[in-house]
Amino acid sequence: MRSLMNILRLGRKELWSLARDPMLLLLIVYVFTASVYTAATAMPETLHNAPIGIVDEDQSPLSARIVSAFYPPYFTRPKIITRSEMDSGMDNGEFTFALNIPPDFQSDVLAGRQPEIQLNIDATRMSQAFTGNGYIQQIVMDEINEFMNRNRAATDLPAKLSLRSRFNPTLEQSWFGSVAEIINSVAMLAIILTGAALIREREHGTIEHLLVMPVTPAEIMISKILSMGLVVLLASALSLFFVVRGLLQVPTQGSIVLFMAGAALCIFAMTSFGIYMATLARSMPQFGLLLMLTLMPLQMLSGGMTPRESMPEFVQDVMLLAPTTHFVTIGQAILFRGAGLDVVWTSFLALLIIGCVLFALSLSRFRKTISQMA
Amino acid sequence: MTDASPGNTSTKPEASPAARSPVARLAGVTINYGKTCALASIDLDIPSGIVVGLIGPDGVGKSTLLSLVAGARHIQQGRVEVLGGDMADSVHRDRTCPRIAYMPQGLGKNLYPTLSVEENLQFFARLFGQGADERRQRIDHLTRSTGLHPFLDRPAGKLSGGMKQKLGLCCALIHDPDFLILDEPTTGVDPLARAQFWDLVDQIRAGRPGMSVIVATAYMDEAQRFDWLVAMDDGHVLATGTPQELLERTGSTNLEDAFIRLLPEDKTQGYASVEIPPLDGDENDIAIEAQNLTMRFGDFTAVDNVSFRIRRGEIFGFLGSNGCGKSTTMKMLTGLLPATEGQAWLFGKEVDPKDIDTRRRVGYMSQAFSLYSELTVHQNLVLHAQLFHVPADEVDARVNEMVERFGLGDVLESLPDSIPLGMRQRLSLAVAMVHKPDLLILDEPTSGVDPVARDGFWRLLVELSRRDRVTIFISTHFMNEAARCDRMSMMHAGKVLDSDAPARLVEKRGAASLEEAFIGYLVEAGGDTAASDGETAAALPDTQPHSAAAHRWFSPQRLLSYSWREALELQRDPVRATLALAGSLILMFVMGFGITLDVEDLRFAVLDRDQSSLSRNYALDLAGSHYFIEQPPISDYDDLDRRMRSGELALAVEIPAGFGRDLMRGRTVEIGAWIDGSMPTRAETVRGYVEGIHQHWLNQQASRQADAPAVAYATIQSRYRYNPDIESIKAMVPAVIPMLLLMLPAMLTALSVVREKELGSIINLYVTPVTRAEFLLGKQLPYVGLAMVNFLCMSLLAVTVFGVPVTGSFPTLLLATALFCIISTGMGLLASTVTSSQTAAMFFAMVGTLLPAGQFAGLTNPVSSLEGAGRMIGEIYPATYMFSISRGVFSKALTMSDLHGAIWPLVIAIPVILGAAILFLKKQES
Repeated sequence: MRSLMNILRLGRKELWSLARDPMLLLLIVYVFTASVYTAATAMPETLHNAPIGIVDEDQSPLSARIVSAFYPPYFTRPKIITRSEMDSGMDNGEFTFALNIPPDFQSDVLAGRQPEIQLNIDATRMSQAFTGNGYIQQIVMDEINEFMNRNRAATDLPAKLSLRSRFNPTLEQSWFGSVAEIINSVAMLAIILTGAALIREREHGTIEHLLVMPVTPAEIMISKILSMGLVVLLASALSLFFVVRGLLQVPTQGSIVLFMAGAALCIFAMTSFGIYMATLARSMPQFGLLLMLTLMPLQMLSGGMTPRESMPEFVQDVMLLAPTTHFVTIGQAILFRGAGLDVVWTSFLALLIIGCVLFALSLSRFRKTISQMA
Repeated sequence: MTDASPGNTSTKPEASPAARSPVARLAGVTINYGKTCALASIDLDIPSGIVVGLIGPDGVGKSTLLSLVAGARHIQQGRVEVLGGDMADSVHRDRTCPRIAYMPQGLGKNLYPTLSVEENLQFFARLFGQGADERRQRIDHLTRSTGLHPFLDRPAGKLSGGMKQKLGLCCALIHDPDFLILDEPTTGVDPLARAQFWDLVDQIRAGRPGMSVIVATAYMDEAQRFDWLVAMDDGHVLATGTPQELLERTGSTNLEDAFIRLLPEDKTQGYASVEIPPLDGDENDIAIEAQNLTMRFGDFTAVDNVSFRIRRGEIFGFLGSNGCGKSTTMKMLTGLLPATEGQAWLFGKEVDPKDIDTRRRVGYMSQAFSLYSELTVHQNLVLHAQLFHVPADEVDARVNEMVERFGLGDVLESLPDSIPLGMRQRLSLAVAMVHKPDLLILDEPTSGVDPVARDGFWRLLVELSRRDRVTIFISTHFMNEAARCDRMSMMHAGKVLDSDAPARLVEKRGAASLEEAFIGYLVEAGGDTAASDGETAAALPDTQPHSAAAHRWFSPQRLLSYSWREALELQRDPVRATLALAGSLILMFVMGFGITLDVEDLRFAVLDRDQSSLSRNYALDLAGSHYFIEQPPISDYDDLDRRMRSGELALAVEIPAGFGRDLMRGRTVEIGAWIDGSMPTRAETVRGYVEGIHQHWLNQQASRQADAPAVAYATIQSRYRYNPDIESIKAMVPAVIPMLLLMLPAMLTALSVVREKELGSIINLYVTPVTRAEFLLGKQLPYVGLAMVNFLCMSLLAVTVFGVPVTGSFPTLLLATALFCIISTGMGLLASTVTSSQTAAMFFAMVGTLLPAGQFAGLTNPVSSLEGAGRMIGEIYPATYMFSISRGVFSKALTMSDLHGAIWPLVIAIPVILGAAILFLKKQES
């Protein structure tokens, strides 16, 4: 009872401290509004203004037709080049794609000789290279088919493939971008706020003061975790409702309450981690440097940016220890695919266990180091 | 050597000091910091050739005045003339700064704590352009005459306070200045070290009779020995004159009284000197007892075998210098630190850090006035009352009582940082008292407070002790405060020298004053570190006055001395060094694997309603590609739905009933495929794969049935150049290397300048002949070197671990990288010159590098695909060109002749960025 009162009072103090720190408030607001918004909208479509050059050695109506089939926004207006310009243009990155239409192309097509067009792709630009290849193949083939079929009935393929994408029928990037950003921000702020709360006390020398009062280290730590966690949880909920669902019109699927429960578990784990890091760092700048080395792996390798399947096996295994990995799984399953607890309970359990372990580790380190902080 | 009696100056002025020609002259000088006025229209002539003392409490403008005279601060208003020239004129400043030596306030503020004594001195000597022999000679001479010679290898941060100040003095004197400016050089230093310090100054003056000295001090007793005094308060000069003149003018016997009488009337209103009634009560009623308390940190003994007993209601004092173990002892008593050895009892109960109940009987006020600066005065009081479990219905009454008693009524809703120091100190005491403890532990509660406020504070303490019978355990480095205690202990280097009533201690040593008694004990304890070997400063080798290098516009020696020092510091800071060396490798790993666009090992399953050989053949075709991994078949739509929701399946394929039959009959059939669209990029790729495989399967089927129509009129041969296996990692690694070479060096360099600003050593830029360009470029050099080492490590990692070979000309890449590292560290310098805190500098460096390089410089999408502002940033941002060079050399087999077009922009960026950094850096504090 007394412990609980202490935690509540200390927690209220943390909230006051945060309320009077304009920099951190600004960071919270920015991260959950502008940053979510830009992440959703600025994420480029996979193919946008891809630079293409065409070597037209045929100079026929068909080749002209192919050249005119490329236009913005997917591609830049094609630049007509010579063979030698092609190599240097690819070398210095002027083009991502260079299409080479061979001499006598049109007559070969008409004669049914199945001529070959060469498409050179700069594979150092992975994002454009892959999708662009598909688009270009399709555009060129369509043009040739149309050219040939002007007077013929279109032949049906024997088996049609009807492709539908579930959960995001038009594959809009903003759906993914906005939710991924919220998931990232929850993890980041949970660490920063609790870490900053502890380091601030340390820098101001008030931690020493707390320790001579009738409060225990556990109460001090829990009060920080609780208050800062609450702020992050609230901010993320607001962001989900007003920015993601409101402003960006992203139709999230499953139960928001369930997602928030997952967020709370993730915050529990990450705030504990924040305390741990703050006991390692002596000052804000050191904390910042540590943050860079830990937050980036957590964000980049947990599956929130790129699919986990494409990472090496051992990276996938190691990242199972990270709370963010499970939170990303939970977030994507619930918000995108409308999954319920029956589907994601394993991730919840994992998150709970990781949270408890991190909490126990942090508490024991906090107890050990707290006297040296003063 | 240790004679500390006041008035012992070795050179007595012959004429009236004020009549001498002034070394510095201030006219109408006003300085404002925001709304507070630090100096209000000061007119003052500082006489030359003597020791001038600047007296007054903290925060009255002494330091501001001295920094103006030293040329370290920008003059806002008025005129400052030093050594016959205007200090607003930068040409005069450059010419005179080698003749001035300035030692700023704070123990070792301008020293570098991780550098050894020798290295510190070497650094300063190099800044003044001295040759190796001259440096050796001077350092040996100075350290011998100050007794620092045996400690040449010790890091400055590990020296005692007194030794730090001696080292500071040595650094200041290394270039034979004509004008020595010392800002509170002895604050927090024990009296013996203080006496030795002044002896040293006297010796040096004996050797250089023409030297002018100006000293600021908060110790009034110390001021007695100066030739001429300036008493300051609140940005005004109260009075000037010799100590004797000031005493006569005010009719006082000591300078402390004289100063209080000089203060304007409204300040001294209600002032009464502190009267202490005798202590009565039971001699055996013990509040605190300590036996053989010892505290060791590693091999350093902070507190050595300390024992004492304190009676209830007694005021017990701990007197000693900074770092002698006072605070550590107090922390052991509060349970903050567990004692290594020995025991302590509070009210007869052994101190136990886990004992929550005893804590409620103790009030503690730490050195730093630890209040919550984000809570108002009222909130601070309420929070502490609650945490000490004052019953809820009594909290208000208790807080009001404290507010009244400590006179805080006017500032209830203010934040602690906005109220005057004296008031803040009363608030600290109120906070420590709010739960009515029986024992108060006060750690240097009065440092930095003016004498009037200090006496007011003591009256409160006396009242608490005598009226409320609160036991008070207080530490101080002021003699007159220690003298007020009922009993006191003198501490030095972790040991208690003796404990008794102050008067008895004086008596025991047969000394004239407490200070003299303390010095007596210190000498006995072997605290006499001066051990001067008879050489005097008079024998200082006379060299060519102020070597020519000091006046040169650009001196490689000064530049290199900054590089040398920066490298040493970096090497000794574990967190920064780790980040600098291991950080890039760790992050390269993470980014190499993390920013991957490969999509493989996708899990898929088939809902096969046909179960014919043809349908199975279709599924096998999918499973046969290395992109897909087949999962157990789907049983029905519910199963499909559940497994897609859980994220188990990235792709679900439904083959309709009668698929095989219909297909054989030439009827068009439709295969359904669902892609998990939650990750759009992945879904796009999956779509591409499925379509490709489907097409392939059709072709296969067609070729088997010879009568089927030809599917294509032409073929398109895609050639993935530079990365034929289209592996993400081969595309990313050459880009990740420049990315990290931008981010980490920028961040580390950004911290390097702002760290100096925060720690105070930036002052060396202001007051030594080093120019801004030398300072910045000197600091930059080690980071460029480090970045190059990082580059080589990363390249090695790329070739070995990631298997990304270098196909082009490595020397070209090396050259471009060197240019690029100069740019990235230059950006860090730029970030640090426009910010003033390390956190802000880090943030700036991060935003300035990560965002443009990640978004606009062609890391994933080429710059030519961007539009608007993003395109413009991309076009001018150096990283854009470095990305193409790195990819060109790693993947495209390019050489210098192909890449010179991308190298020129890097060459051009260097002077632009460095020029801006130099321009924004100030050579004076504003």
